[in-house]
Amino acid sequence: MCNDCGCGITATGPLGNGESAPTETVRVMQSLLHRNDAIAARNRAQFNSGGTLVLNLMSSPGAGKTALLEATIDALKDELRIAVIEGDPETTRDAERIRARGVPAVQITTGGACHLDARMVQGALKDFSLDGIDILFIENVGNLICPASFDLGQHFNITLLAVTEGDDKPAKYPVMFRASDLVLVTKVDLLAVLGDFDPAQAEVFLRGVASHATMLQVSARKGLGLGAWFDWLRNRRATMAKVGHGFSYRAHGKSPQAFVAGN
Amino acid sequence: MHEISVCTALRDEVLRIAAARGARAVKSVHLRIGPLSGIDAQALALAYPIACEGTACDRAALVIDAVPVQVRCNACGALSGVQPQSLACGKCGNPETTIIGGDEMLLSSVELILEQADV
Repeated sequence: MCNDCGCGITATGPLGNGESAPTETVRVMQSLLHRNDAIAARNRAQFNSGGTLVLNLMSSPGAGKTALLEATIDALKDELRIAVIEGDPETTRDAERIRARGVPAVQITTGGACHLDARMVQGALKDFSLDGIDILFIENVGNLICPASFDLGQHFNITLLAVTEGDDKPAKYPVMFRASDLVLVTKVDLLAVLGDFDPAQAEVFLRGVASHATMLQVSARKGLGLGAWFDWLRNRRATMAKVGHGFSYRAHGKSPQAFVAGN
Repeated sequence: MHEISVCTALRDEVLRIAAARGARAVKSVHLRIGPLSGIDAQALALAYPIACEGTACDRAALVIDAVPVQVRCNACGALSGVQPQSLACGKCGNPETTIIGGDEMLLSSVELILEQADV
């Protein structure tokens, strides 16, 4: 027994004097992230009231999130008003890349943290106006684990899976892929060179985690498959404009009814 | 390692509950964590004392109830325990299932040490 590690503490409580203090057990049963979820709900209400569709882009580092955004902005900036929140542990390089394309971008540098949370997004929203913005992309920190647990207020989760990664990623990272509304297999121009990534097998693994997410194959650099991605964006944007919200319910386990009701 | 952020939120919530009840300290904190929550219970247990140091919950035991993954088959209706990376029905193999358990990350209860009653 010592005075350092707690091994001397008796069941009567931390007083160490042998007296038993009365205790009370409080039943709570709420999410460990319920504060984050409350801020995310406020963010989502703000997005809905402004009519902005918000998409959370997640992937491993280097899967091509920023390159996909650059290609998307180049193709759609005369058709849709786009803005971007960039999340990175350090540097403002990605926001600078996006601004160079002529759309507003705010950088969140997390100072080493491995994910964005709802409060960081709330803070970033103070730095620019969403007035008239059709689509806000939030580029999350490159990481296939932590970002999946934090609701930001987005309407849809989009996960990129580069063909330079294994096609078994959905089985290895079930939490991330289960939370995804759309999975983009990226860098497909490299499929022929690599030879060991099978998109059909990736889809088998994706369905294995009970996901109904649409899976599309794209290459931002070579302009392959981008038409289907742009159509997905246009359809979601049209739904948003028509009904006033993004109809996202898959993320964070909400039922379609609960989401439509705004809960 | 988002478990530090989760622990910080957990500590704040536990301290809020303790303060609201006028408790002197926290004896134990009980969680329910499933493998599909994205939270690693071992990392959480490591981060917890760091987050709680110097607060009313710094001597509180952290009790983590690990919840297994369970699905209900959308076809045959059977309940089965399955692995996180393969959520198909354990009975008939149908891939269309609904998660019944295993995605929880809940603060289930807090045991508080109350002020000593005057005798």
